[in-house]
Amino acid sequence: MEHLVDIVLLGLLMITGFAIVRMRSLLAAAMLTSIYSLLSASLFVVLDAVDVALTEAAIGAGISTILLLATVALTTDEEKAPRHTPLLPLVVVIATGAALIYGTLDMPHYGDPAAPIHQYVAPTYLHDTPGVIGVPNVVTSVLASYRGYDTLGEVTVIFTAGVGVMVLLGYRLRRCNITGPGIRNLIVLRVIAKLFFPLILLFALYVLLHGDYGPGGGFQAGVVFATGFILYALAFGLGNAQRLIPRKLLRIMVAVGMLIYAAVGIESMLLGGKFLEYRVLADDPVTGQRLGIMLIELGVGIAVASVVLIIYYAFVSRHCQAPEDM
Amino acid sequence: MSELLGHFNYWIVIILMMTGFYIVIARPNLIKKIIGLFIFQTSVFILFISMAKIEGGTAPIIEEGISVYSNPLPHVLILTAIVVSLATTALGLALVVRIREAYGTINEDDIHVQDEED
Repeated sequence: MEHLVDIVLLGLLMITGFAIVRMRSLLAAAMLTSIYSLLSASLFVVLDAVDVALTEAAIGAGISTILLLATVALTTDEEKAPRHTPLLPLVVVIATGAALIYGTLDMPHYGDPAAPIHQYVAPTYLHDTPGVIGVPNVVTSVLASYRGYDTLGEVTVIFTAGVGVMVLLGYRLRRCNITGPGIRNLIVLRVIAKLFFPLILLFALYVLLHGDYGPGGGFQAGVVFATGFILYALAFGLGNAQRLIPRKLLRIMVAVGMLIYAAVGIESMLLGGKFLEYRVLADDPVTGQRLGIMLIELGVGIAVASVVLIIYYAFVSRHCQAPEDM
Repeated sequence: MSELLGHFNYWIVIILMMTGFYIVIARPNLIKKIIGLFIFQTSVFILFISMAKIEGGTAPIIEEGISVYSNPLPHVLILTAIVVSLATTALGLALVVRIREAYGTINEDDIHVQDEED
């Protein structure tokens, strides 16, 4: 049964992929990309990767699509036909694909418990997590504790992307309200948005605080939180959203999020441990681990939510600029 | 049959990867190229998560009475890779917006023509 679902989802992914290649309208291609992403999130659930599925659904199907649509709105919807014949790219792609498929023949079979990937560190993580870290979700324990350095680097990447987009698209923009009369008349959208806005924020908090026990954590919570404000901005205009959560505050919160993370690392050094060694944070090592994980997840959540909103504001308010300001 | 099922996921992953690759190299439209990159990225995610799967296992959240879990390490790597994909997509699209403002087009062929005229 599981195999059947797997095969059907992969088939749908392939069809969506081919449809994206053929699609000449960029708006339609962006929507198909969202579908593609949602299908892969469903596939991740079938493959037992629930944390990954939640992240893909929030980031791939949610935020990336919004950014693609914003870019299409800022540029053009029409894709011109390429000047060259697609013969050479087609040959290159088929040759590369054939070589890669030949390469897979040596790989262990799908789902094989004896595959090398399952032999070394993974059993240790699975075995040690309940006793040493004390949280049931092994993905959270590996992400936040065992590989805490990586995750700090990840937050830095997000931070850098936020700074990069601010530099490219400008961060000193006047407030603007781009909601046209068209949106203002959509009463259903406004009522639903008002109804969902608090629920989405509440769900973000749940995802953040429940990340130790179930799927979720700082990254997902941050994105879900930002999605709430994006929905608000879509229904009530960017100006209102910026009154609710101003740019200036977001710029500070990005830094605060990263600083919380780094401060936990330095605090554990001051208490006699190594950088990001949470067990020294409390008298009991397991309590220390849990405290450390909670704090850094909070930092990640704050940083990610702020960066996503900064990027969204930057893209959308690009519309308001007169050409001479650019 | 088992050979076919055993590698089915990987083959589809490669087809998806090549679809993305084709869009990147054959399509002159810059937004389309970024969509191609996105398809490529997602196919890599599926490759990693397929390798983490164990037959009969469950999600890596420790619970009484369950002994087989899928491998959590690829999950962590891909979770962070998805977040990085957001960063790269956002930066790429911001560049596309700036290119459009500077050149008035997001078609690579037209941009080359304009560059040669200068």
